[in-house]
Amino acid sequence: MILDYEVLKLVWWLLVGVLFIGFAVTDGMDMGVGTLLPFLGKDDDERRVIINTVGPHWDGNQVWLITAGGAIFAAWPLVYATAFSGFYFAMLLALFALFFRPVGFDYRSKIQNKTWRNAWDWGLFIGGAVPALVFGIAFGNLLQGVPFHLDELLRPYYTGSFFGLLNPFALLAGLVSLGMLTMHGAIWLQLRTGEPVATRAKHWAKIVGLATIAAFALAGIWLTLGVDGFKVVSMPPLDAIPNPLTKEVVIDPYGWLTNYRQYPWTLLFPILGFAGLGLAISLSMRDRAGLGLIMSGLGITGIIMTAGAAMFPFIMPSSSNPNSSLIAWDATSSHLTLTVMFWAAVIFIPIILIYTTWTYTKMWRRVTVEEIRAQDTLAY
Amino acid sequence: MLDSAMVELSRWQFAITAMYHFLFVPLTLGLSWMLVIMESVYVMTGRPIYRDMTKFWGKLFGINFALGVTTGLTMEFQFGTNWAYYSHYVGDVFGAPLAIEGLMAFFLESTFIGLFFLGWERLSKRQHLMVTFLTAVGSNLSAMWILIANGWMQHPVGSEFSFETMRMEMVSFSEVLFNPVAQVKFVHTVAAGYVTAAMFVAGISAYYMLKGRDLAFAKRSFSVAVGFGLASILSVILLGDESGYEVGDVQKVKLAAIEAEWHTEPAPAAFTAFGLPSNEDEETHDAIKIPWLMGLIATRSLNQEVTGLKELMVEHEIRIRSGMIAYEYLQRLRTGQDTEGNRAVFKDHMDDLGYGLLLKAYIDNPAEATEEQIQMAVKDSIPEVAPLFWTFRVMVAAGFWMLLLFVLGFYYNAKRQVQDKRWLLRAFLFSIPVPWIAAETGWFVAEFGRQPWAIGEVLPTSVAASSLGANDLIISLSAFIIFYTLLFLIEMYLMFKFGRQGPSSLHTGKYHFEQASASQTDTTAGGAPSATAPASQYRGEGS
Repeated sequence: MILDYEVLKLVWWLLVGVLFIGFAVTDGMDMGVGTLLPFLGKDDDERRVIINTVGPHWDGNQVWLITAGGAIFAAWPLVYATAFSGFYFAMLLALFALFFRPVGFDYRSKIQNKTWRNAWDWGLFIGGAVPALVFGIAFGNLLQGVPFHLDELLRPYYTGSFFGLLNPFALLAGLVSLGMLTMHGAIWLQLRTGEPVATRAKHWAKIVGLATIAAFALAGIWLTLGVDGFKVVSMPPLDAIPNPLTKEVVIDPYGWLTNYRQYPWTLLFPILGFAGLGLAISLSMRDRAGLGLIMSGLGITGIIMTAGAAMFPFIMPSSSNPNSSLIAWDATSSHLTLTVMFWAAVIFIPIILIYTTWTYTKMWRRVTVEEIRAQDTLAY
Repeated sequence: MLDSAMVELSRWQFAITAMYHFLFVPLTLGLSWMLVIMESVYVMTGRPIYRDMTKFWGKLFGINFALGVTTGLTMEFQFGTNWAYYSHYVGDVFGAPLAIEGLMAFFLESTFIGLFFLGWERLSKRQHLMVTFLTAVGSNLSAMWILIANGWMQHPVGSEFSFETMRMEMVSFSEVLFNPVAQVKFVHTVAAGYVTAAMFVAGISAYYMLKGRDLAFAKRSFSVAVGFGLASILSVILLGDESGYEVGDVQKVKLAAIEAEWHTEPAPAAFTAFGLPSNEDEETHDAIKIPWLMGLIATRSLNQEVTGLKELMVEHEIRIRSGMIAYEYLQRLRTGQDTEGNRAVFKDHMDDLGYGLLLKAYIDNPAEATEEQIQMAVKDSIPEVAPLFWTFRVMVAAGFWMLLLFVLGFYYNAKRQVQDKRWLLRAFLFSIPVPWIAAETGWFVAEFGRQPWAIGEVLPTSVAASSLGANDLIISLSAFIIFYTLLFLIEMYLMFKFGRQGPSSLHTGKYHFEQASASQTDTTAGGAPSATAPASQYRGEGS
């Protein structure tokens, strides 16, 4: 039965993954575009071309992030509570960086002033690069375990510091995240702009793409050799009423390899990550940016699934009190809430995909300087 | 026990960021529909002036919308960052409407808003109108889900506490959905948003008429605005929040506090028009009362009582004592003494657990509270009365002022005399801030009136906060204030700039400032100066 509690717990782990992947390949791409904006656009016209490739879509794309946040709130309330309050300043950093996007996109070209526009361009850069980096850093910390515990009334206490989050492995994970989204954005720009921006984008896609592959490989080696994983030793049945204090968890140096050993087919995820990025670079270099964009999207999907598969069923392991770790079986909402949310997702995600596709097809064209000039007051 | 300074600062941060967010939401809710109306007329009649109206008001809509999106992000983050225990305790119920809002409404609104701005050349007329319509539907549906979530905070139906998971859990989604408080809140809030947009458009249009600029454009915009505004303000007032005050203790307390009614009066109760309420003395000094009025407004009857605050506090004391028992048995159940007997006792007192948690502000284990602490918790069980008393009256006064304006505006507009009533046009112009005052005070009444509860009768605000330190809050709150002030200044700068420019900012060549510069060029080129030319192109057209 698909609607059994344990099945729904698993389905929601997958659905949150889907929302994250949806965020990364759509809004993440916009963040990559924002990151590249000051470097790829040499003058105002070129920058407007870059901005207008994502102009009609960035806001809809951003909802993947918002919905992912909402879904975590509803499906994994304790994860939402513990992660957001524990990573307090990191979350606020991402949030304040995100502030630059809506106003940056909408306000930038409303005033004909070089300083004004330049300032917003850097704002869009911050709004792209900083969240991309922070979300990667957050993942890097999840992989290492986070110092927190729960009291008997399930109040989470975070005992680490903000700067503790900025450890070398987490920073490397941040670079993987920033790199993959920037490459994705570069290929998008190669596809959707005219010369000379497209050629510059192609150039950046190659460099950033190769750097991302190297960083992803390094992170994989580091994770295998230098980062302790976690292992559930005992826990109540999968369909039990969720209570994160009833299981026993130990630190296991090779804990993050358990799933790969037990289910070798999961090795397809890292392979997809590498192959996707590699093919994306090679297609981009051969000017097949359309296919390249699909490949970089698949590469991103592979990278996110690699981390997910390594950790499953862990969502947020605790390094200071492993038994407090939050896992997909005991950090979830009630059966009814997961059911209601499941149907909402099943009904609305396909509808969203349909109308989003419609908007992309309607706005599909290479954005050119001539077009921007012709629509001076309407375009971003 | 949480650091009380940290809790207080968390409340300030939430209040500031939420009220700031709510500066932008009402205009979006209403203006999106006015754009639909204007564009529909364009599609039906084919007259370009209605397209220009849609584009120009759409431009101002965009400036506002950008900050709405920006500040909305904060709201989503903040439950987790600052109200972690809240998130855990009620996420099972409260999170669902938020997530569904994303899936059903926010995606719709945000996906189509981009095409609204940038799709004019790419979409057919009808397609673009559909895009505008879907944006409006999306933003209003968003408000519905948010208010379902908020309504549940005021009156938590369809849910039950589970001692095993130590949280509230949903037992009936349809009860959460059809919560009577949420329903009236939704109607009241979106209608208030429509009023805001109508005042905004009418006020700025009045400015153009006062300046004698772009008259055809201004008059048409004004007509749409006063029609829409009159219908909306009537809905706000007639379908006011009042009907929501009948259910649940929190709403009763709120009503008594708004009216500064300390003692239950024989029905129908008098309305206190003026007074100086004091929580310390538990009475209202220098009160001027209008007989019968409140009973009529609040209960819509002559024989139903409005319970006074003191009587409510007596009930609260009983429930706090019962909540202490609930807490004690909760501890037993959670520490392995899960027996039939303990379950039965807990079940009897479970509904008062929230009242027991009020004691957490003073002692870690409410079951061991002293008599003095109980009395302090009883005092805490009602909100500060004076701020509610006054903000409510400001809101109501603002509402009736706008009713008057819209009635007059509608009347003179229908008689085609509005252009000559300069006093009325000035009143519209200077009343542009009034709907925002009404919306903010209304929000304040709803949320401050909910105190001491984060979730009515279930979770006190003092327990709901994250385990942070006061210093964390000082840093984040300062950052919010600095950032938000800057954003506000930038937004106002753009609003004023484009508001003053009017439709000339569309660069169609047809409106005042472009005509003025065109006529200057004409003069220098030897053509006839045409000082009266502005907007004349449209003046004669089919009015």
